[in-house]
Amino acid sequence: METNYQLKRADFIFKNENDWKEVLKKNINRPPHELINELISSELKGRGGAGFPTGLKWKLSAEVKSDIKYVICNADEGEPGTFKDREILSLVPFKVLTAMAICGHVVGAKEGYIYLRGEYFFLKPELNKAISEFEHYCKEINLDFTIRIFMGSGAYICGEETALFESMEGKRGEPRNKPPYPAISGYMNKPTVINNVETLAHAYTIFTYGAKRFYDLGVQYSRGTKLFSVSGDTPKPGIYELELGMSLTDFVNDFGDGDTKAVQVGGASGFLVPRKRFAETTIGYEGKLIGISLPTGGSMMLFNSSRSMFNVLDNYLEFFREESCGQCTPCRVGCQQLLKGIKAVKTGEKNAQHLDKLLRLAETMQFTAKCGLGQSVANSFSSIVENFREEMIY
Amino acid sequence: MGKNIKITINGEVVEINEGTSILDAAHQVGVIIPTLCYHKDLCVAGNCRVCVVEVAGQKRLSPSCATPCEDGMEIYTNSVKVRNSRKHIIELLLSEHNADCTRCYKNGKCELQKLASDYKVMTDDFIPLVPFKHYTIDMFSPSIIKDDSKCIRCQRCVRTCAELQGVNALTVAYKGDQMKITTFFEKAMNEVVCTNCGQCIIHCPTGALVERNYIEEVWAAITDKTKHVIVQTAPAVRVALGEELGFEVGTRITGKMVAALKRLGFDTVMDTDFTADLTIMEEGTELLSRLKRALVDHDPEVKLPMATSCSPGWIKYIEHMYPDYLGHLSTCKSPQQMFGALAKTYYAQARNLRPENIVSVSIMPCTAKKFEANRPEMHDSGYRDVDYVLTTRELAIMIKQAGIDFMKLNDMKFDRLMGESTGAGVIFGATGGVMEAALRTAYELVTGREVPFEGLNILPVRGMEGVKEASVLIEKPLKEWSFLDGVTLKCVIAHGLVNAKKVMDSVISGEVNYHFIEIMACPGGCLGGGGQPIPTSPEIRAKRAAAIYAEDTGMPLRKSHVNPEVLKIYNDFLIKPLGEKSHHLLHTTYTARKRY
Repeated sequence: METNYQLKRADFIFKNENDWKEVLKKNINRPPHELINELISSELKGRGGAGFPTGLKWKLSAEVKSDIKYVICNADEGEPGTFKDREILSLVPFKVLTAMAICGHVVGAKEGYIYLRGEYFFLKPELNKAISEFEHYCKEINLDFTIRIFMGSGAYICGEETALFESMEGKRGEPRNKPPYPAISGYMNKPTVINNVETLAHAYTIFTYGAKRFYDLGVQYSRGTKLFSVSGDTPKPGIYELELGMSLTDFVNDFGDGDTKAVQVGGASGFLVPRKRFAETTIGYEGKLIGISLPTGGSMMLFNSSRSMFNVLDNYLEFFREESCGQCTPCRVGCQQLLKGIKAVKTGEKNAQHLDKLLRLAETMQFTAKCGLGQSVANSFSSIVENFREEMIY
Repeated sequence: MGKNIKITINGEVVEINEGTSILDAAHQVGVIIPTLCYHKDLCVAGNCRVCVVEVAGQKRLSPSCATPCEDGMEIYTNSVKVRNSRKHIIELLLSEHNADCTRCYKNGKCELQKLASDYKVMTDDFIPLVPFKHYTIDMFSPSIIKDDSKCIRCQRCVRTCAELQGVNALTVAYKGDQMKITTFFEKAMNEVVCTNCGQCIIHCPTGALVERNYIEEVWAAITDKTKHVIVQTAPAVRVALGEELGFEVGTRITGKMVAALKRLGFDTVMDTDFTADLTIMEEGTELLSRLKRALVDHDPEVKLPMATSCSPGWIKYIEHMYPDYLGHLSTCKSPQQMFGALAKTYYAQARNLRPENIVSVSIMPCTAKKFEANRPEMHDSGYRDVDYVLTTRELAIMIKQAGIDFMKLNDMKFDRLMGESTGAGVIFGATGGVMEAALRTAYELVTGREVPFEGLNILPVRGMEGVKEASVLIEKPLKEWSFLDGVTLKCVIAHGLVNAKKVMDSVISGEVNYHFIEIMACPGGCLGGGGQPIPTSPEIRAKRAAAIYAEDTGMPLRKSHVNPEVLKIYNDFLIKPLGEKSHHLLHTTYTARKRY
């Protein structure tokens, strides 16, 4: 198959021009509605996975009347195969801090928090140094905004925004019922903007270079660039900033080892795309032929023909069995049944038709689970079982 | 109140208040949606997912308990998608549940079992998960048995313990497949702050939390010819037992209950209401003596306000949570324990029985009473004062086991000596009842006149508000109580331990100066006790309360101090309230406990 498309690499996020002071000063002197419009016209969507329009999120929170509001940076990067937020916070922390402060200015919040993944404890000293330098400058320019780090404790579920609030409030990290949504009632039941680390870094890009520069990258519905955490059977694992809208064929041509059998897009909670579907799959928020979205922050795991897809699925389900918060029935029990079920089919205790029952169960989990974790287990389960059924049985 | 909006449920247009949950809206138009984690007493959790419904235009299903209606919503509660999902969820719960139903104490009364039956879950598609988990049954508490293999993780017990009781003995621990409901450091139920109130039991949908039952022990005692078995029945039992035996909620079945107890083979059927009246004599006198010590003697040692001590859940709560304030508790034993101490002394002497041959049984709306009877200090008769405590539910089981057609029983009366009671004793079963009974007696003792409320009904202390305040001005008292002239007696009543905490904290902060506090551990008082019929709800408790007050109004005697058997026991045996014999048999001490 021939294609003229080349992967369009970009370099915004990690390009450090050390201009954060000017960016901050310039933008906090702009009226909030102008900043919101800028963000909306950039069509930036949340880079944590769900893809909610960031400008709209800020707008909703700005419109709520409340003396106390919060800005939270979600740095609970726990999706298997995702490691970009760590690099952002290590290399360009001021971009994130600046975007948080601008967000505070926009929505009327004076307090910001970074919810840092428990395993990223080692980032804390450097990040705190950056925060104190940042806060020092805020005082200089009379900006009333503070940022504190809240350490997570290692639960995957706490990356879910409402579970994250529960965790910060000192409670067990369990997702809440929605509505109300965080923009209305989030941390401490106050209006809260919660953004992924990368989203804030992109917001910094937009507030530095303007919305147009960002909007001109990518394709329709999927504007701008995105960081991809590339791992698995690839000669060049790492973090790459690419324009959205690429086809998976191009991606594999660039990153594969010549024997790529499948790519898991979006980590354990994402989709597995087999080789025969590479050409028809584009990476963005609206996939073309089959609806591939980016359920998480752009994890790309490549598998070559030496890999057993049964083992891959077994590994994912083992992860979900343990990381489900256990609160809702479909997720807690469903994960156990999927895991035990594929093992039973593999050993012959259950016949192959049991896989069909499990596929229907996965669909129920998608329809009925309380939060994104339980709802997205079906993504990897169904895409692996449907495409590699023989590997599940034999 | 929000504005009215229009929605459709299964095609039918419904006008409802904005913000109403889909579940409530559906119930308003006669559409029943099954639930498990939902309970009217508790906050909405939305975790079982049994109540999911389909909203047109949405790919995912919505939990009807946790989703507010929005204008124009098109809701389907019985679509293919809903039915398939709901069945899946029930199957999942069953796969994780020890479904050995015929050997379960809750067999026939389990909400999960009912759902399985309603939805005809006959398949075994899913792998039973119980064998992979290593469950042990916690049987260490004298009141509550906790069997995690039957737990469906709905967290109703956790929310009960936190929201209604503020005790937090039960909590969620671990995650994923290991997630479970447990105690602090997974200690046994008898080693934690648990007050044994049993509210978790009456809110549990399955057999994961049940009372420790003593049915076989009581059968054995009844059958033993050498034993004389005496039974007492608490006030709140007579307005709730009927629910277990086919009567409408709020039906009074006192006479039938007495008849049933006699048919079961108890040798004597007495009434805890008698010792409730006696409690008023002792506790009222104690309050007046504390007031005298404070106002006349200016004794700095006297502890006011004085708090009631009838509710063993409350006693264990204050022992754990406010151990420095035990001096505020009345030293009176609860009516159950007063009765127990008298059964093996006063009653034994009067009937010429050897106390060691007496087996004393009580029928209580309460599981904490099981713990109370087990307390080491409750041996003042020289023997264990109360041998076995049965809940209302256990009595109903015995009546069914004995083949008694309860509906057909003719009313009978309690036996004499400790079976006479007044309306004041009956209202002990409702929140505010002890206060009302005490005021009826104390006011009259002090002034020589009846309490100045129409028909003796002290309405300010009644009702289901969590904390109620009342005050009574004392005017023109009798000579010996002249120090109370012009004193406004300030009272406060709380039910549900979360409200007890509010009262205690306000007492400790000194923001209010009460004289007398009534606290009942359970919502609604004993009528909402942890040993009462399941289910419970605000409406059910209100109906039981109405029955209690109807029972009071219907009694010829309604003041504790006119109970002829109370007068007789003071004349023949106790001599006087707070006298030496009372002190020995009817009063007790408390134990400071730690929180962990």
